[in-house]
Parts: sequence; structure tokens; C-alpha cells
Amino acid sequence: MKQGFFTITENRKLTPTTWLMRMTGDVSGIRAPGQFINIKLNGHFLRRPISISDARKDCITIIYKVLGHGTEEMTCLTPGAELDVLTGLGNGYDLSDAGDRPLLIGGGVGIPPLYLTARCLTNADTTVILGFNSKEEIYYVDEFEKLGARVIVATADGSCGVRGFVTDAFRELVNKGETFTHFYTCGPEPMLRAVYERVYEKAGISGQMSFEERMGCGFGACMGCSTKTRNGNKRICKEGPVLRTEEILW
Amino acid sequence: MVDTKVDLCGITIDNPVIPASGTFGYGYEFAELYDINCLGTFSFKGTTLDPRFGNDTPRIAECPSGMLNSVGLQNPGVDDVIREELPKLERVFHKPVMANVSGFSTDEYAEVVKRLDRSAVSDMIGWYEINISCPNVHGGGMSFGTDPKMAAEVVKAVRWMTDKPIIMKLSPNVTDITEIARACETEGADGISLINTLMGMRFNLRTGKPILANVTGGLSGPAVFPVALRMVYQTAKAVNIPVIGMGGVSSAEDVLEMMMAGAVAVEVGAANLVDPYASRNIVRDLPYAMKKYGIDSF
Repeated sequence: MKQGFFTITENRKLTPTTWLMRMTGDVSGIRAPGQFINIKLNGHFLRRPISISDARKDCITIIYKVLGHGTEEMTCLTPGAELDVLTGLGNGYDLSDAGDRPLLIGGGVGIPPLYLTARCLTNADTTVILGFNSKEEIYYVDEFEKLGARVIVATADGSCGVRGFVTDAFRELVNKGETFTHFYTCGPEPMLRAVYERVYEKAGISGQMSFEERMGCGFGACMGCSTKTRNGNKRICKEGPVLRTEEILW
Repeated sequence: MVDTKVDLCGITIDNPVIPASGTFGYGYEFAELYDINCLGTFSFKGTTLDPRFGNDTPRIAECPSGMLNSVGLQNPGVDDVIREELPKLERVFHKPVMANVSGFSTDEYAEVVKRLDRSAVSDMIGWYEINISCPNVHGGGMSFGTDPKMAAEVVKAVRWMTDKPIIMKLSPNVTDITEIARACETEGADGISLINTLMGMRFNLRTGKPILANVTGGLSGPAVFPVALRMVYQTAKAVNIPVIGMGGVSSAEDVLEMMMAGAVAVEVGAANLVDPYASRNIVRDLPYAMKKYGIDSF
């Protein structure tokens, strides 16, 4: 973990509820995709934990969903503004298990950390399944494609791509006889549970899942975000947010 | 040159700044960020006899100028603390540490103190801070700190187990905190620390349900600072043993205010969670703040 001041260079709307922010500063604290940063906002006591979408040279990209007062105020920040940020929090994804055919599954606001993951998986034949509620909420499909990954979109209302959830898109691939070496996922908990059931339990593919929890500090001090696993109690902010399918107690 | 040293129950500490229990783990995580030997001391995570997972999540809710927590005394249990946590701490912290002890019965408080006091790492411990004020557990914790008779029973039970100073950590969720403090003093407590968190709650507007899985939690942060100051002031007048002030302390100026209210030392809690360097910064700023307000020593 590192504390640093970052200067906003870009802050724009991607969809009606999703925003992208870029900021420059010392990114040396970031070690793996799937890690997050914790942002101090004026007028709010606790920091806002947000996953890292991309980090290169001296620039961090985050993509955030406007959910409450904090994220709402973030949309008002303009280039040049300075933010107090803790970087390099959490364990992140372990890419050494990816194999040659990794599968990335992202749902809604859980998609951002998979971008850096896909970018780091340079030597693999990567498939990305992105799930949205509807066409209007789709973002970042082109960006994933530019990385050379195959992207499959699923929308719950069928307005674009596969009609249904990410697990429906996965089933289509399996029915075509496709196999995968490992999976990485992030998204809302109902999606994670469905992925755990279909991809890990039923299809027998091991993977790594990124979890969300209300946090106090974000760096392991307050025990606010603890969860039970097969490997004992873990703090989502410190030993997580990424847990392996084998250790999840579902 | 100002002198930041203070005497805390017979042990001189370099400065009165003490990270509070539950906001500083067992220290070594903060030691990765800065040399924690700059602190007066710190109070480690509340330790019970058996390992505890604590309450279900969500355990955290934000509030104006503060936060609610309902962690519920998650800790690995006293034997693991002795075997794993304190040896790890010993490598990075070379001052007496404050051992924070919690329990669900007077016997449990006594047994935890006994095991710590007779352990191979007992030399590391300078003081016992007995938490009779946790608002987030049922059938223990705060129930001992809201009744002067029960508080006295806990003091009596742990008093037998150690010669080290015993500091009783009190709850603000009472009608008259000075009555509890006096009861602790009468039974031989060496010091009082206050305040633990104030009970509160918040609702999720979308679901209409409480945010915290435990329904209620403890409020901390700058929001509680004036309440804490008032209670420290009242308690310091009511007893003749040292009082440690805590509750929303976030700056060197807050430390000075606590000392003006009668505290001999000050614990820093929620501030550590927002800024991991908060306690170090307070230690750094304190001499300048003292000089600014014409304070040579405490």
C-alpha cells in the first residue's frame, strides 16, 4: 500500500450511471490487476474503495458507478483537482494460473478490474464475457477487443448480444465444445454465485472471484469486511478482494 | 524545547499519543508504513479467551463526521495472540504495549489477563486495558460497563491476576459515567480510559432496513469528540487515578484539548482508519502545537 496525491486528468460519463476517471501520480504501489484504490473525498469521513481498471506509467484509470453521495460527488470533480489516494490495496488476481485459454467474466460495475487483467494476459487466448442489464449500459467492449481478446456480450433484456446472463453466454460456449483453463470474475454477488455454480461446480473450471464488502479502512486495520473461508477468516480488503473458488464457503 | 513525555500509571511514555484498540490491529501492519516506535504506545486489538469471528457483515456504516462499526470483537483468541501476534509485534515494536482484554464473564476477563501475564511475551505488556464497553456483543462487553457493581466485579477479578497497571475502558452509553469510574477506582483500578463508541444505527433508504447486519453499532470519529471531551472532563474530576481520553481525536490540537480536559494520555481511533499515518502525524505535530499554545510539558 502507498499513500499519494493524484491529479485528475479526465472524468467523463461512459453510460448514464457509469463514469471513467483518469489520474496521474505514483502508481508504484500497484502490483496486480484486481487490486483497488481508496479515495478520500472532501466532506466524507470514510474513503471510497474503487477497483483499478488500468494502471500504466504514472496513470490510473478507474471506472465507477454512481451509487451514493460519494460517487455522485466524484462526478463533479474536474481535471486538475487533487485527490488523496491509497493505492495497491488487496491481493488482486494471480495470473500465474491463467493457462493458455483463460475466461474473464464481468458483470456491470464488476467489469473494470478485468480490463487490466486482460491487458496483462498477453500470451493467452483470452475470452471475455461481459454482462449488462441492457444496451444502454454497455461500455468498454471496444477497449477489450483492442487488447486482442474475444468479447461476448450478454444483456438481461436481450437488447444486445446473448439474451440473458453471463452464465447463459458461458453455456453457449460450452455447448459448442469450448474449454477453458481458468477463470477470473467480478460482479454483483448474485452473478458471482451463478458463476460459482455453473462454471466452477458444474463445468469444473477453477477460478478467482473478486468480492465486494462495505469497508472501514481498506487496508486491514478495522476488521470491518471479514469473511469466512475454507482457509480461515479473511479480510476482503487485505487477503481479498479476490478469493479462489476452492476456498469459498458456498 | 517542549517535553512531550507523560507518566501513564507509573510508566513514562515518550508522548501521550496511543492508537486505540480495534483501529491498529496488532501493530505490525502499520509498522510496514512507518516506525511505530514513534508512538507513546498502542492498545492492541481486543482479545478474548476463544477465537471470535465477530458479527455478520455489513459491519461498517458511514455517518456525518464519523462511522458506525459493529465488528463484534473479531480476534484469534488469547492463545493465538500469545503464540502468533505478539512475537510478530515484538520484532517491530520495542516499547511496552497496552493489552486490550474483552470478555463475556468476569472469569473470562480474569483468565485472559492471567494467560497474558504468565506468558512468554508478558514482558511486552505495560498495561492492561479492560474493555467493559463493547456495544457490539451480546451478553458481555458493555453490560459490564453500564453497572457500577458489575464493573467493580471485573476489576476485582483481574486485579488478582496481575501486578501491572489495570486501565478500565468505559462506555459512554450510561447515565453517569463518573459513577462507574469511581466504582472501578475503589476496587483498585490504576486508570480509566474513555470513551468507547456511542451506540447508533443507520438505515438503507433503498431497502428500508438497517445498514448494519447487527442492526446497531458504535459511533466514532470527530462527531463524538465534544461528547468525549465532556465525559473525560467529568471523569477526571471524579477520580484520582489517571484518565486516558479518546473519542474522535484526529489532530495534535485535539490531543491538547483532551489534556486540558484532564486526560494524562490520549487514544486515537477512527482517524487511523481514514489516514493510516494519522497517529504518526499527530506525534509529529504535537511539539509544534504545544509551542504554539505555550505548553512546555504536560
